[in-house]
Amino acid sequence: MEERSGKKIFGGIAIGKIKLYGKAENKVVRTKIEDADAEIKRYEEAKAKAIEQLGQLYEKALVEVGEANAEIFNVHSMMLEDDDYNESVHNIISTQNVNAEYAAAVTGDNFAEVFANMEDEYFKARSADVKDITERVVTILCGGAEDSDIGDEPVIIVAEDLAPSETVQMDKSKLLAFVTRLGSANSHTAILARTMGIPALIGVDREESWNGKIGIVDGYEGKLIIDPEMPVLEAYFKKKEADDEQKQLLLTLKGKENVTKSGQKINLYANIGNPGDLASVIENDAGGIGLFRSEFLYLESEDYPTEEEQFQAYRKVVETMGGKKVIIRTLDIGADKQVDYFKLDKEDNPALGYRAIRICLTRPEIFRTQLRALFRASAYGNLAIMYPMIISVDEVRKIKEISKSVKEELLAEGVSVGEVEEGIMIETPAAALMSDELAKEVDFFSIGTNDLTQYTLAIDRQNAKLDAFYDAHHPAVLRFIQMVCDNAHKVGIWAGICGELGADLELTETFLKMGLDELSVSPGCILPVRKAVRDTQ
Amino acid sequence: MKSFNYTITDPVGIHARPAGLLVKEAKLYDASIMIAKDGKSADAKKLMALMSLGVKQGDTVTVSVEGGDEGTVAAKMEDFFKKNL
Repeated sequence: MEERSGKKIFGGIAIGKIKLYGKAENKVVRTKIEDADAEIKRYEEAKAKAIEQLGQLYEKALVEVGEANAEIFNVHSMMLEDDDYNESVHNIISTQNVNAEYAAAVTGDNFAEVFANMEDEYFKARSADVKDITERVVTILCGGAEDSDIGDEPVIIVAEDLAPSETVQMDKSKLLAFVTRLGSANSHTAILARTMGIPALIGVDREESWNGKIGIVDGYEGKLIIDPEMPVLEAYFKKKEADDEQKQLLLTLKGKENVTKSGQKINLYANIGNPGDLASVIENDAGGIGLFRSEFLYLESEDYPTEEEQFQAYRKVVETMGGKKVIIRTLDIGADKQVDYFKLDKEDNPALGYRAIRICLTRPEIFRTQLRALFRASAYGNLAIMYPMIISVDEVRKIKEISKSVKEELLAEGVSVGEVEEGIMIETPAAALMSDELAKEVDFFSIGTNDLTQYTLAIDRQNAKLDAFYDAHHPAVLRFIQMVCDNAHKVGIWAGICGELGADLELTETFLKMGLDELSVSPGCILPVRKAVRDTQ
Repeated sequence: MKSFNYTITDPVGIHARPAGLLVKEAKLYDASIMIAKDGKSADAKKLMALMSLGVKQGDTVTVSVEGGDEGTVAAKMEDFFKKNL
């Protein structure tokens, strides 16, 4: 038994025969040719054929892994049409009077080298794309066919590196896992592994002797075990069974409605912290985004993010979500989230301090910039705005005045603005108690149970000593939730939960009984909560 | 010559997909369009050269348009950057 560790790309357990995969390398020999023009023509024909193949691969990938992942083949086509690349091939053929295979291989190596030497991981990874397109043309020139046959039985593919065109052509039903030495978390193979939902590791040096042996890929621990001993193998069979069950269950829930057996429906939305989380929102089939924390824009910046920067970020999110609702929370800086350039004073009690809407209302220039960006982005999709840390009706009226004037300002400038729902977070006992009055002012309530619990119970959740006193299901909090929900419905607005409690499966039935309209949870929790909803009477 | 500066907001910078779109857009015009960053510059009609600039989020690039209907083309390019990058 041998064990290797690698970098985890995608979780999951695979057990099966190891197949060392290496494509039949084209041996390119430099030969002299007589007619350079004819050789250039031969190259151009091979290139045209390569582009045709890429078009077919695009179509295939479109069906198998979706448009975003298929796009790479369009990019490959464009790379092959790159002027510099082609000029280089033509030049080598005509100045050295050599064969097209050699000219293409040399050109490919040169261009791949440029990318390989770049600092940024993303651009570094493009070196593999250059090699891939070159290999494709050379294979055609050599008259060879691509060999991506992996045999008849399911295998764990262990390779030096895998090109996207190779992975797409592999028979998916025979793939258990990918293990490669090269590649990065951003490589297309990694993205494909995630999309296909099979475990993958990178950074593993392979040994020829592994071929045909039994292997285990543990995508959670980042381990490859070769020739496992019986007890290890048995333990992994159990682990895999549990894992498969979970995956299968979730898969069957995709595309299904969030509806109880008696027909009650609820919206399940996702909580996210930056646009990078969008992929998992879509993957987990969220009905929308119930809480998009806008802090990332401020935390990742050295200075106040401009209106334009914010607009582009919000627009991207609403566009990516299509017509689905995206609820963006205005900035919640302060307390545990500090940003230097805001120059906030040190406070003795930051949780009860200068934060969130309190900053916005005393520094309206920051607030207006964000609101302008949000309203502008609203023209591109279904955007809603949510204001945090509310304690009074008076605050909400002030906010509405500001938002109204921002909207009017934009309309006067001729900027289009979409229909925007405006709602508030209920995360203070004051807001919960006043929810009957607050409901008349807004379009929706979203209950932030983390803060609501902490403020209601007067318990700091970071303090481990208080664990014995802390009760996530404390009746005071549950009563507040019921009260907020009832007050919302009295005036015909909707109410949801966007705190951690929303994903608490022990409470799903309670929340449904309370009549909540929406639960917003982290993307990975959507399908488990959907299951709980569907299991409820 | 017409030129403008633009600061990239796309999280991965001028990566393959928008670079491809940019090349397609640039090829629509006869004018020469150059993208410069930190003293290095690339022809906007050449995908690999463009990608090898390694433009990341937060980087400011200078886009220069020369020849043809440079005023209109520069405006169109600026619009393209705002929409896609």
